Amino acid sequence: MRAGPVLTVLALILALWYAGAVWLNATWTYDQAARSGATVSLGQLLTDTMRQERPVLPAPHQVAAELWKGLTAYAVTSKKSLVYHGYVTLVSTLSGFVLGTGLGIVMAVGIVRSRTLDLGLMPWAVISQTVPVVAIAPMIVVLSNSLGLGDHLGVSNALVSKTVIAAYLSYFPVLVGMVKGLRSPDPMQLDLLKTWNASELQGFVKLRLPSSVPYLFTSLKVGIAASLVGAIVGELPTGAIEGLGARMLIGSQFGSPIIVWAALFAAAILAGLLILLVRGVESLVVGRMGVRT
Amino acid sequence: MILGLALVFWLLCWGVNASLARSSRAGSRAVRMVIPALFGVAVLVLWQGLVTQLAVPEVILPAPSRIAAAIGENPGLLWVDFVQTILKGALTGYVLGCAAAVVVAVLVDRVPFLRAGLLPIGNFVAALPIVGIAPIMVMWFGFDWQSKAAVVVVMVFFPVLVNMVAGLSASDRMQRDLMATWGASYWQSLWRLRLPAAMPFLFNGLKIAATLALIGAIVAENFGSPTLGMGFRISTAVGKLALPLVWAEIAVAALAGSVFYGLVAAAERAVTFWHPSQRGR
Repeated sequence: MRAGPVLTVLALILALWYAGAVWLNATWTYDQAARSGATVSLGQLLTDTMRQERPVLPAPHQVAAELWKGLTAYAVTSKKSLVYHGYVTLVSTLSGFVLGTGLGIVMAVGIVRSRTLDLGLMPWAVISQTVPVVAIAPMIVVLSNSLGLGDHLGVSNALVSKTVIAAYLSYFPVLVGMVKGLRSPDPMQLDLLKTWNASELQGFVKLRLPSSVPYLFTSLKVGIAASLVGAIVGELPTGAIEGLGARMLIGSQFGSPIIVWAALFAAAILAGLLILLVRGVESLVVGRMGVRT
Repeated sequence: MILGLALVFWLLCWGVNASLARSSRAGSRAVRMVIPALFGVAVLVLWQGLVTQLAVPEVILPAPSRIAAAIGENPGLLWVDFVQTILKGALTGYVLGCAAAVVVAVLVDRVPFLRAGLLPIGNFVAALPIVGIAPIMVMWFGFDWQSKAAVVVVMVFFPVLVNMVAGLSASDRMQRDLMATWGASYWQSLWRLRLPAAMPFLFNGLKIAATLALIGAIVAENFGSPTLGMGFRISTAVGKLALPLVWAEIAVAALAGSVFYGLVAAAERAVTFWHPSQRGR
């Protein structure tokens, strides 16, 4: 019942896409025909706009075919495989996500515990997000290269810079959600713990942390999407040759739109999978804690 | 020695902040401004002290004084880049994208079928890495600011759409019934009740979009740009190891981003002064 309208809208989008492909690619077909002195019938126009090598807008089935080829036609270790590039991006997304989440939680605990940090640090956390991270991305790349942090840790320098960028984007939603969550117990509950003579630490572990979990997971879903954006953006100025962002860059440099579209859809699939994963963990954890929704 | 002084200054600022935060006037507006400002100054001083004391090469991290000097030396250059990236690219795209999203949201709200069909898709797309369309837009609209604005339009569209649709259904059943008993037409009820009720949600979306707009405009410059613009300048200046200039651009970007966000937040205060989250400040 609920799928009906969604599928209809999707079909509508697909139809619009095909129409757009014909309309935008027609110029090239007419140019080619004019050069060879031929005339183009409507049937020829329709078939030709569907299978150009360098279309302005590739038709959906071209993108699907390229995506399928990228996912299945090559061994997963091959540089042509989208699975390989997706994996490279996934690694930096996850490492950035873990680092960002950890940082966000630590900062949230500090802000909730110390009034000085609340007043002094919180405004700067907000300002840090109004700074476009991509402006800093090339700087982070240079820094991680010249400091050689990756060499000390035994990973590539590119991974370090991508991790930092992904963490920078993902820590903020976690910080905001955790601060809200840690402050969510109402005064009555806090008073109850006080009457039981609970220490600050006990109150924190037994009341504040558990009540922050639902807020945490809401932020984690935003955070992991932001982290993926960070990983892709981080691949652009690094001159990276691996990863979905690098794939887009290569496609645009070689003027091959189909590659760009396929990489874009691969990134979309990856984002969907990551959000599903967080959602799965959420229902597992929240279910174990006995929360009823 | 210099580092020691910087550390002492840091501790001094921390002490002042801690006592301010505990004082009875901690809630006042002035104190709320002074504490983060002191915090920022302390970080800058510590940064300067660290770089000077440890003689960190400029290629790794220039001192704040060098960055300030770079800003002083190239006001013209920074201004041209600012106009190209922020005013032409980001701002045009932001206005167009947000306006389109609001119009579509009203349409979606009017047609229940679209609401059921478009909203799940909109929610999903809002979580996707849309920056990826940057190379496609550069192919379609060329290297100049039009392609940057196009990227920004698509990036800001979905967050604003999702928030606005949620906002349009925010008014109470009671309130809508009251409008109906007064014989208000659809448009009257939209204009007098539902649009004002949607404003807190709309501004939530607008604030998210404000930061996305700058990211979109700068990322798109990586895929092709005329020889100006902040993203272009940063990547070429990094190549030339002119790091103070890079940090000067970053400072301008940070300032522009904060002012942009601040303007949206100020507009929010002016428009939604009646909302509980804005009262009692």
